[in-house]
Amino acid sequence: MESDSIHKLTMPKWGLSMTHGKVVEWLVPERAEVSAGTEVVEVETEKITGCVESSKCGILRRQVAKSGQDVPIGGLLAVVADLSVSDDEVNRFVEGFVLEEACDESASDDIAPEFVEVGGRRLRYLKQGEGGQPVVLIHGFTGNLDNWLFNHAALAQQRAVYALDLPGHGQSSKDVGDGSLDMLIGTLQDWLDALSLSRVHLVGHSLGGAVALGVALRSPDRVRSCTLIATAALGPEIDADYVEGVVEASRRKQLKPYLERLFADPSRVTRQLVHDLLKFKRVDGVPHALSKLSKNFVANGKQVAVFRSELEQVQSPTQVIWGEADQIIPSSHASDLPDPISVELLANCGHMVQMEAAREVNQLVLSFLEKTD
Amino acid sequence: MPRTLSFQQAINEALDQEMARDESVIVIGEDVAGGQGAEGETDAWGGVLGVTKGLYAKYDDRVMDTPISESAFIGAAIGAATSGLRPVVELMFNDFMGVCFDQIFNQAAKFRYMFGGKAETPVVIRTMIGSGFRAAAQHSQSLYSIFTHIPGLKCVVPSTPYDAKGLLIEAIRDNDPVIFFEHKKLYPLEGEVPQELYTIPFGEAEVVREGQDVTIITLAEMVHESLKAVEALAQEGVECEVIDLRTTSPLDEETLLDSVASTGRVVVVDEANPRCSIATDISALLAQNAFGALKAPIKMVTAPHTPVPFADNLEDLYKPNAEKIASAVREVSEYQAWKATASTS
Repeated sequence: MESDSIHKLTMPKWGLSMTHGKVVEWLVPERAEVSAGTEVVEVETEKITGCVESSKCGILRRQVAKSGQDVPIGGLLAVVADLSVSDDEVNRFVEGFVLEEACDESASDDIAPEFVEVGGRRLRYLKQGEGGQPVVLIHGFTGNLDNWLFNHAALAQQRAVYALDLPGHGQSSKDVGDGSLDMLIGTLQDWLDALSLSRVHLVGHSLGGAVALGVALRSPDRVRSCTLIATAALGPEIDADYVEGVVEASRRKQLKPYLERLFADPSRVTRQLVHDLLKFKRVDGVPHALSKLSKNFVANGKQVAVFRSELEQVQSPTQVIWGEADQIIPSSHASDLPDPISVELLANCGHMVQMEAAREVNQLVLSFLEKTD
Repeated sequence: MPRTLSFQQAINEALDQEMARDESVIVIGEDVAGGQGAEGETDAWGGVLGVTKGLYAKYDDRVMDTPISESAFIGAAIGAATSGLRPVVELMFNDFMGVCFDQIFNQAAKFRYMFGGKAETPVVIRTMIGSGFRAAAQHSQSLYSIFTHIPGLKCVVPSTPYDAKGLLIEAIRDNDPVIFFEHKKLYPLEGEVPQELYTIPFGEAEVVREGQDVTIITLAEMVHESLKAVEALAQEGVECEVIDLRTTSPLDEETLLDSVASTGRVVVVDEANPRCSIATDISALLAQNAFGALKAPIKMVTAPHTPVPFADNLEDLYKPNAEKIASAVREVSEYQAWKATASTS
């Protein structure tokens, strides 16, 4: 339906459980110019608020959905086209879309997570995209594959991108063995074997960054490149109170202030975000797993594993991305890194920089992938 | 895409997974196993409404059918609990509890207290509550307030499939007697339920919806009626906070008081009769501890002080519903203290 001259903006699917989103606010008025990457409209889901961007240059011709309106995934939000396209053509496009495409829910529903048994543990992962040099996304402590909800699909347009749940996390097995970083690194290597992924780009966030770095050090030939986002293991400092707090807190009211430290903008922490983490923490085995992992991860207020002195040995091209306003692991850990490592600091972003500045992070990762393919 | 189960299936899954995990968990009750001489699952009733269906085929003699003798089998379950098992005993309708009150509130509820903390009674009594089933006065009551009154008993009244599974697993693992009230109208309700085992702690109310104008405090099926009501109210510009108690004993006072401190206006919705009820209990709690925050009198929406009628039209009239809840919310949200003062001077 989309022609060369008319571009549609539709409701994206952020995360596995999203079925619809609510239009919060239009960030661009009708008749205004937009370029590729302009944030056009703010959308709120049960879990999170994010921005939908234009993928093309042109004029925002029509705000199809109104503020406050619920729109199913794939539903039409806006139309972008040059002035050479007449209003009638835009009208016909909008009407045609409603009749022909908005009801098609199945199109966006075909991705489903899979499970694989690795070393006696059942691990969940989600694959999006096909071909190319594959990418593996590794979440951080208490996270899961949904932490990449603003990134996964965007990175997977030209290649296969996998996101997995580490042991003790998401819907993977809650058995974390001795709870060590070595166990996580070993499990990721075994998981790569299980999926016959011989050489991959690794993208790790926080504790997942330490896992990525560990794999790059141990099996350099398997790691095409490493993108470390707000990564652990580059210095001893960490908000140990946060780590202890998220492990201990059992009620919404206790948990929320800790989660607010993850973002530069604490209003990003929705009810559902807190709720989902609480739900996760209630699952059998999770409190034990988190407590075990956290004790191996942080001791006496400091990170236990610091790979800074080993960075020179990392053979894979590496980039480091950090939010300047990170309250969990200071962005100063991105300073004074060995020369070949490129460093990108993003202003006004906290620890969950891949959510807060999804567009910038996606662009940085994509161009790094292209360079290092 | 998320995995969904009905309320009924969620309870069945909790029983199944706990029986698989812990050999000391047994199920006792009328018809819970199946008709006499049933071969496997095929002829099994699995409870009067089929909640325990399939367990007999899997766990054999750990699922015990009983005669129609509530006082005997409730007593047996309590005795078994004190000697090392974790029985989940089903007493069809809470209306029948009367015949075994001694075992429940004079024995089970008192053991820990009277034996110096040394005796534990990890029994769960599952029972159905609720009107709207055309089941008349002896099969339709909601008697959780009677059990909430007794120290030593824990009372659980879930409203969603997710909560039903997590709270039942918590109940089975709890070392005190727990009465688990299942609203029979909720059995077909579908909702997201994880496959994994999980527990929901007692004494934690769920803020189902946030709002700054009026707090609705409710439980069981009335959570859903309240949610229907707040949609219409939001259109009128009244934003309600809806709190699902989940457990009436222990009671999450903190969540209730926090909410009322910010809204100052309260409607308590309870399907049970109004005297000496959860609704009056909560009203008293708020009047004593949140008096300064209240901007309007506390309003209760309950059934009238009558038995549940059998006639369809009367039963419909008897039961609180979204419309009655909405009109109570309007009343408290429009209430202005100065007008009340002016009219009395």
